[in-house]
Amino acid sequence: MAVIAHDPSLPTQTHAEVTRDVVKTITDPPTRGYYILAGTMAFLTLVLFVTLGALLKYGIGLAGYQPPIMWSVYITTFVFWVGIGHAGTLISAILFLFRSRWRTAVYRSTEAMTVFAVMTAALFPIIHIGRQWVFYWLLPYPNQRFLWPNFKSPLLWDVFAISTYLTVSSTFLMVGLVPDIAAVRDHVSGWKKKLYGMLSLGWTGADSQWRHYSRAYLYLAALCTPLVLSVHSVVSWDFAMSIVPGWHGTIFAPYFVAGAIYSGVGMVLTLIIPLRKVLKLEHMITDYHFDNLAKLTLLTGSILFYAYAMEYFVAWYSGSPFEQVTFWRRAFGPNWWAGWSMIICNAFVSQLLWFPKIRTNMASLFVISIFINIGMWFERYVIVVSSLSNDYIPYAWGTINPTWADWCILAGSFGWFGLWFTLFYKNFPIVAIQEIKEMIPMPRRKAPAGGH
Amino acid sequence: MATSMPGVLGSFDHIDGACDAIRELKASGHKDLTVYSAAPSHELEEAIGDPVSPVRLFTLIGGLTGCGAGFGAAIWMSRDWPLLVGGKPIAAIPPYVVIGFELTILIGALSTVAGIIILSMMKSLKGRPYHPRFSDDRIGVFVPCGADQAATVEKLMTQHGSVEVSRDA
Repeated sequence: MAVIAHDPSLPTQTHAEVTRDVVKTITDPPTRGYYILAGTMAFLTLVLFVTLGALLKYGIGLAGYQPPIMWSVYITTFVFWVGIGHAGTLISAILFLFRSRWRTAVYRSTEAMTVFAVMTAALFPIIHIGRQWVFYWLLPYPNQRFLWPNFKSPLLWDVFAISTYLTVSSTFLMVGLVPDIAAVRDHVSGWKKKLYGMLSLGWTGADSQWRHYSRAYLYLAALCTPLVLSVHSVVSWDFAMSIVPGWHGTIFAPYFVAGAIYSGVGMVLTLIIPLRKVLKLEHMITDYHFDNLAKLTLLTGSILFYAYAMEYFVAWYSGSPFEQVTFWRRAFGPNWWAGWSMIICNAFVSQLLWFPKIRTNMASLFVISIFINIGMWFERYVIVVSSLSNDYIPYAWGTINPTWADWCILAGSFGWFGLWFTLFYKNFPIVAIQEIKEMIPMPRRKAPAGGH
Repeated sequence: MATSMPGVLGSFDHIDGACDAIRELKASGHKDLTVYSAAPSHELEEAIGDPVSPVRLFTLIGGLTGCGAGFGAAIWMSRDWPLLVGGKPIAAIPPYVVIGFELTILIGALSTVAGIIILSMMKSLKGRPYHPRFSDDRIGVFVPCGADQAATVEKLMTQHGSVEVSRDA
C-alpha cells in the first residue's frame, strides 16, 4: 500500500469511497451560491436569445459589420468556442490512447466542457449568416431547384466538421456516462432512481456489457483522436484557403490546433479550480492533476509562441508587401492593443508555467487561465478582424465598431455555455467513477504471484 | 432481489476469490455465468474467457460506409449540378477528402455505439438477479442452475470467499 500512496496518479480511496464522494456531489442539495450562479447564467442566456430575436427582426445590420470587415465579433467568438472544445477530446480520447493516468480525474469535466463549448460555437455561424431561418441551406438535401452545396468550399467542410464533432463528442460523453449513471441509480431513491434508471439504459456492469463496452470505448477514442486534430484544421482552412493577407498561410492548421488545445486547457483550469473546491473534490482532483494540466498548457503555449514568431517571420521573409503591411499593422496599426494582448496573454504569460510553484498554486493558475481565455479571444479577433481591415487596396482599408448586439451575443454565449455546464455538474457525475475505480486495485485474499 | 431465473448469486469482496470461483465453476461444467463488476478488469476477463468482442466489425463497416458515402455524395452531387470553376475538375478529390474523412468518423462512431447496444442485447440479462453493491465495490457471480446443483455451487462460492450467497432455485 505504501507504493500506491506514493504514486500521485493513483487514487487514494477505496471503490466505495469513490462512489460515495462523487454521488454526494449530485445528492447534496444545491447551495444558495449554486442558484445565484445558475440564475446569472440563465439571465445571460436570456440576453443571448433576446439579442438573437432582435437580429432576426431587424437584421444583421444591428451588429457592427461594415465593409471590408464582414466577419467580426461573431466569427471571432465562433472560433473561440470551437477552440475551447478541443481540450476535452484531447484529454478524454488522445490521453486515453496514451494510457495517461492523470487524465482520469479530470476528463469528464473537460469532455462536458467540450460538448457545451461546441454547442455554443455551433450557434455562431447561424447567428452570423443573417437569414438564420434558412440555415439548413448549408446542408446537402434534395430541393426543388436541384441545387447542392459547393463541396469545394471550406465553409461547407466546416459544416461537416463541426456537426461531426458535436455528434461524436456528445456520443463519447454519453457512452462514458452510462456506467456512472448506473452507479448513481443504485445510490438514490424515489423519482431520481427512476430517472437515472432510464438514463442508465439497463446497465448492470455484467461481463457481457463490459466486454463490448470496453472495446467500443477504445475504438471511439481512436476515432475521436484524428477528429479533434481535424476539426480545428478545417476551421483554420476557413481562413487559410482564401488569399487575404494574414490568412493565407500553410502553418494555419497546426497553429490553430495548438491554439485550440491551449485555450481549451485554459478554460478547463478556469472551470475546475473553483469546481473542485465547491464540490469538495480536492482529494480526487489534486495538485498533481493541475501540475499536468499546467504542463500541457505550457507545451501548447510554447507551440503558440513559436507560431506567433513564425507568422511574423514568414510575413517578412515572403517579401510580399501585403503580408508585411498586415503584420506591421497588427503590432503598430489601429488594432495594436489587440495584437499585443494576444502576444502577452498567450505567448508570455504561459511561460510562467515553467515554475513548478506556479503550476501547483491554484490562485496563480486561475489568474493565468483567465489571461489565457482573454488572450485566445483576442488572438481570434486579431486573425479575423485585423486581417480583413487591411485588404490589398489601402483605399478599402477600414475598422469596425462593435455594437451592443455584438457584446450581448458574446456575453450571452458565456451564459449559454455556463448554464449547461452548471446544470451538468449538479446532475451528473463530474468525475468518472468507473474509470477511477479501474485504477484502484481490487482487494485480494492472497498476495499475487510474482509481486504483480 | 426477485428473480425468475433459478440459480445462485454470490458476492465477492476479493477479485482473486471471484476469479478462482469463476474458473472452478466453468471447470465443473457451469455455463452462462453472469459476472457483475463496477469496473472492467483484465483479471476477470481472463477468468471468464470470452473471445474479443466483435464490436470492431461495426466500427470498420461503419467507417468504410461513411468514407464511401462522403466521397460518393460529394462526387455525385458535384456532377449532378456541374459548376466549372477555374478549369478545375468537377469532381476534385483533394477537397472531398475532408467530407470523406468526417463521415468516416461520424458513421464509424455511431455504428460503434450501435454495436455496443446490439451486441449487449444479444445476451438477455432479464430475470438474472442484481444487487446495487455490484456498481459500488463488489463483484457478483450468478450461476444459473437447478435446485439439485445449488448446494454445491453455494459451497464452492463460500470456499472462495463469497461474503453473501443467495439462492433462487
